[in-house]
Amino acid sequence: MTARRATVAGHTYEFPTLVEVMAKATPARSGDVLASCAATSEAERVAAQTVLADLPLTTFLDEQVVGYDEDDVTRLVLDTLDADALAPVRALTVGGFREWLLARAALGDEPAISGLAKGLTPEMVAAVSKLMRNADLVAVGRRTRVITGLRSTIGLPGRLASRLQPNHPTDDPVGVTASLLDGLLHGSGDAVIGINPATDSPAQTIALLELIDAVISRYEIPTQSCVLAHVTTTLRALEKGAPVDLVFQSVAGTQGGNEGFGVTLDLLTEARDAALALNRGTVGRNVTYFETGQGSALSAGAHLGVGGRPVDQQTLECRAYGVARHYDPLLVNTVVGFIGPEYLYDAKQVIRAGLEDHFCGKLLGLPMGVDVCYTNHTDVDPDDTDTLTLLLGAAGCSFVIAVPGSDDVMLHYQSLSFQDVLTTRQVLGLRPAPEFEAWLQRMDLVDHTGRVRELTADAPQARALLAAAR
Amino acid sequence: MSDAFEVLRAATRARVALGRAGDGLPTDRLLEFRAAHAAARDAVHTPLDVDAVVAELGETGLDVLTVTSAAPDRATYLQRPDLGRQLAPGTSLPAGEHDLALVVADGLSPLAVAEHAAGTVAAVLERLAGWSVAPLVVATQARVAIGDQIGEALGARIVVVLIGERPGLSSADSLGLYLTWGPRTGRADSERNCISNVRPPHGLGYAQAAETLAGLLLASRELGASGVVLKDEGTALPPGAG
Repeated sequence: MTARRATVAGHTYEFPTLVEVMAKATPARSGDVLASCAATSEAERVAAQTVLADLPLTTFLDEQVVGYDEDDVTRLVLDTLDADALAPVRALTVGGFREWLLARAALGDEPAISGLAKGLTPEMVAAVSKLMRNADLVAVGRRTRVITGLRSTIGLPGRLASRLQPNHPTDDPVGVTASLLDGLLHGSGDAVIGINPATDSPAQTIALLELIDAVISRYEIPTQSCVLAHVTTTLRALEKGAPVDLVFQSVAGTQGGNEGFGVTLDLLTEARDAALALNRGTVGRNVTYFETGQGSALSAGAHLGVGGRPVDQQTLECRAYGVARHYDPLLVNTVVGFIGPEYLYDAKQVIRAGLEDHFCGKLLGLPMGVDVCYTNHTDVDPDDTDTLTLLLGAAGCSFVIAVPGSDDVMLHYQSLSFQDVLTTRQVLGLRPAPEFEAWLQRMDLVDHTGRVRELTADAPQARALLAAAR
Repeated sequence: MSDAFEVLRAATRARVALGRAGDGLPTDRLLEFRAAHAAARDAVHTPLDVDAVVAELGETGLDVLTVTSAAPDRATYLQRPDLGRQLAPGTSLPAGEHDLALVVADGLSPLAVAEHAAGTVAAVLERLAGWSVAPLVVATQARVAIGDQIGEALGARIVVVLIGERPGLSSADSLGLYLTWGPRTGRADSERNCISNVRPPHGLGYAQAAETLAGLLLASRELGASGVVLKDEGTALPPGAG
């Protein structure tokens, strides 16, 4: 293979491998500098993008970023690819693909865009996203339709669902219940009521699952529960007869990254099959939930590709979607600001990554949500999360995550508040999942316009729900 | 029961039942959140007053040395954890033979070091009669693993790094203690033991932390190891500790 080169501002830049073209074409972020694969100047970045734009999409079928023989994620993707689905864009370059997507988005041609998913590799999607501006990511994202369901339907047009995350530092059942009820009173929880357990054990997982299940059953809430324990813990809980709606796992874009998470592809298949066998769905049969985030492979030291070269974190993130889509998930979200400033340094990088992850996940066929979040050592504040959340709402994001007052007292980071979800729905005219919306109406928690009521503590609706706290 | 929302508030430290202004937050709740976030941000970014810490540590009677990591400033430190784990090029430390080296590192909360490091060190030394302790080292723009290089250079059998932990919204001044047997560059996090959340009066007190640490030190010296082999003492590293 000959080196690829392009000239920008009078200087010719050469890129020996596809891995380097991808890395250096990536918009700036600290994690790629840490991995020593980032462009060393803005001109070099544009040169790499120029090279990338001219590459045929089929390059990614012939040439790998992470080797086929070394990595089971690469094998999974290539062995299950649907050549027919790729046919409409197969002859295009990466730059031509960007224009094709924008043209279809402008026409509102959702079937054409959404129909590509099974034919696209994660690297093709990563590549085109690297050429796109933020508004491109929004415009195409909102026209990429992915609909899933279990007891509520996720991803319908004009809807924004939310994961209610009632975490507690000691998994105290009363404390968890307080946050859970607070979320329901604010109209959150239609994507899932999902707890990150403080202790990863089968007994704790079962206790929390039974707690959420009791609230869901008592009020007949059309949603699902999840305790985000390790998949092996959830399997043990399943064996003991726990009410498992969704099996959860964090996944990465390389075999080594997944080994770092303690999972294999076979283990994920086993877990999905076990959850499917419980047959707990009413409107669908999607029973898996995955979380991802740029930087996870690098933090596990599992970020090297062909020739031992470091692969950029955004391409690796897309490969994690290549894993997730194999298991027909109900929900997938990137935890975009969680991992820290060594991967995404500031608001500009976090906002960019959130929009990339949503777009790339959707184009690969995932019901993509985003945990819009930050830690205190990252240069991000609520003004920035407002910006990203409103952009994601415009981009048709499937769901976001919300905790009481933005403050996760277990994981020690900040996500969105229930009020943020209300604001985003109101500003953009978005509604909850239809089954959940009907439940809010039955419980009289919304007024005739669909707006979640501001209730006093002695309002009958509040009293009815808060009875569960006693 | 006067107010059902009080039941929720009493049940958790989470910010439940905040009320609303339209679909947003009431102004007083908004400002409370900003104040907590501001305290955490300031804890990360306000540099350590090294002279003040050195003076306080000097009261132990031990020599106090100062070093910096290979990260030249805060922005680099935050983006390049690898540099925060190494001493600045050209740093030299006096080689010796010691049972223990104590390293005070600013980490992600210089505030925690300013508030709690000297008190913790004094409480630890009180409990280590008969141990030879190397000169104390104050390290800035430093991560936990910088202690490996420092302990090795000083010739210490064990190194303990006292470091400011990543600030949370309700805990900007939390100090962590990391014990490593046989410090040398390249030690894994699984080879360390951690005592977290030293921040009296809300978290662990100095005496309590020092007591636990002294127990771990004795066990580590006896075993000639640290980390998961001492796991009954609680070795889980908090997220972002590295």
